Amino acid sequence: MIKLEELKKSFLVSVWFMFLTFPIMVIRVNPIEKVVEWRWKNILIVGAGSFFFSFLWRYLLLRRETGRKKMEAGEIEKIPLSRRILTEPKMYIPALVCIAVFASVFPFVFSIYQINIMVTAIIYVVLGLGLNIVVGLAGLLDLGYVAFYAVGAYSYGLLNYHFNLGFWAVLPIGALLGVVFGILLGFPVLRLRGDYLAIVTLGFGEIIRLILENWNEFSFGPSGIANIPRPSFFGHQFSLHAATVYIYFLMIALTLLTIFVVNRLQNSRIGRAWIALREDEVACQAMGIDKTKTKLTAFALGATWAGMIGVIFAAKTTFINPASFTFLESAMILSIVVMGGMGSIIGVIIGALVLILLPEYLRAFSDYRMLLFGAILVIMMVFRPQGLISNVRRTYKFEGR
Amino acid sequence: MLKLRDVNTFYGNIQALKNVNMEISEGEIITLIGANGAGKTTTLMSISGIIPPRSGEILFMDRPITGMRPDGIVSLGICQVPEGRHIFPYLTVLENLDMGAFLRTDKAEIKKDRQYMFDLFPILAERRHQPGGTLSGGEQQMLAISRALMSRPRLLLMDEPSLGLAPLIVKQIFEIIKKINTENNTTIFLVEQNANLALQVAHRGYVMENGRTTLTDSATNLLTDEKVKKAYLGM
Ligand SMILES: Nc1ncnc2c1ncn2[C@@H]1O[C@H](COP(=O)(O)OP(=O)(O)O)[C@@H](O)[C@H]1O
Ligand SMILES: [Mg+2]
Repeated sequence: MIKLEELKKSFLVSVWFMFLTFPIMVIRVNPIEKVVEWRWKNILIVGAGSFFFSFLWRYLLLRRETGRKKMEAGEIEKIPLSRRILTEPKMYIPALVCIAVFASVFPFVFSIYQINIMVTAIIYVVLGLGLNIVVGLAGLLDLGYVAFYAVGAYSYGLLNYHFNLGFWAVLPIGALLGVVFGILLGFPVLRLRGDYLAIVTLGFGEIIRLILENWNEFSFGPSGIANIPRPSFFGHQFSLHAATVYIYFLMIALTLLTIFVVNRLQNSRIGRAWIALREDEVACQAMGIDKTKTKLTAFALGATWAGMIGVIFAAKTTFINPASFTFLESAMILSIVVMGGMGSIIGVIIGALVLILLPEYLRAFSDYRMLLFGAILVIMMVFRPQGLISNVRRTYKFEGR
Repeated sequence: MLKLRDVNTFYGNIQALKNVNMEISEGEIITLIGANGAGKTTTLMSISGIIPPRSGEILFMDRPITGMRPDGIVSLGICQVPEGRHIFPYLTVLENLDMGAFLRTDKAEIKKDRQYMFDLFPILAERRHQPGGTLSGGEQQMLAISRALMSRPRLLLMDEPSLGLAPLIVKQIFEIIKKINTENNTTIFLVEQNANLALQVAHRGYVMENGRTTLTDSATNLLTDEKVKKAYLGM
């Protein structure tokens, strides 16, 4: 009987859609012959299509609902597959081996075009992990993260241009400048929370971009900086292909380092302070957690990664200009964190790969690419609002009962 | 143990505390009663350093703590159970307790204290792996008190522990407050709107009106004071 109800609703949806699209899908005025064409066939397609998708949508929602009810009633003790892969050694060790093998042979099997796409995706993996410290762990909504990324990229571009400093010399400098700017932003926003914090960080991101765009003497304005050298290996310069492979492995190494560090941070004292801060600021203070220090370290550490990746980004593309550091970029990184599952390392990694690789491989659909991408995002948020991998929060283990 | 001397605290340019003077001796249960908006919470926030006073002085063990940061004040042994409990909703009961011991490093002692809390409130032991947000109001209050005790405070500040709880639970919690005071010799500063109950457990009390302390006496005297009876005890 529920089915009949659903059918009726879907039918209404399709009628509504037919009505809405009627002017554009059915009527066509031919201005040359001065006649109106009535394309009735189109409305049937719209009707049938919207009916089908609406019904599918309802059916999936219904299934999810019943699944949840069953879970609540304790009928099924189903541990989701994703959780099992993460927690059972029997499952995650082979998975890890597969990923390791795939990652190490990837650049030798695929074309340089594919490697480049993958490097971009990994850049976002690390950016996502960095922002995850700020947003996922400490719960501070930062909409200007890309500013630190820009700081890193421009520090390489400018230091190389003026002082001829190499990639390896600037990498730590980029990270350090990230920290400095993180703290610089951290101080004024210490007292802000939620929406206000989001607005101020958004403003900060735009300020950095506007400075880069308009201060021609300093940053060369919109035309940017070109001919930035690719990273060298003990003074040895690679060919284009070899350099791409080199950057690829560099990024893999950096990803591993990031995962290691974030994992350690999560379980440390400062990690606990971040979680406390995210959950309740008043309680956090009442328990003697230094709010200022906790927030500043979150901003500074998050910015370190953005600064470092900025340097690598500049070295990879050999050309930077302010257009690479727009708000859209911040929004993208934030989507990766939110979609992947806030606070979950694996979630953020998968989120980045999906969000960056999907649009690339959807190129086959050319014009409909962004439409499809948007649809996938919306569907994701409806069916998995907690993100791809919901955060498997660490539970403390105690001896004794 | 704790002295407030002419403390003035502001929210922007609204003055919430006006020349507040108070004194608490070691081992006492002191209660601060007053109507809604009298400035009770602000008093505790000033002591904790969360809303620092604009002028005046606060001394703890004869040492000025005015202007110190909240975490420094906690490490001296002043811990607050904030109004409305403020437990960490997504952390389990155990993790909440651990947060209370954030500034401590003596692992073995922390473990002992955890067990002490479970003896104090057996229901928390049952719920130890449950997220704090899923507890009932009374259980949350018990957790908030235990969490504060995990820092081993010498002075425990409590802001309206009876707020929104059933009378039976309130009675149970007040029993525990007395017990904490006698067993560990923890000094307790109890802020309450429920004046009747508060004066029954406390040794001494202060009455606050519009940001000023207007009356102070032993709890028994306050219970029989005509003005207090009329204004706060509903008699
Ligand atoms: N965050 C705030 N901003 C401005 N005024 C406040 C704030 N908190 C409290 N006040 C004001 O300070 C006075 C004392 O409040 P409070 O200490 O919370 O009273 P109580 O705890 O006794 O109910 C009230 O007049 C209240 O309106
Ligand atoms: Mg209050």
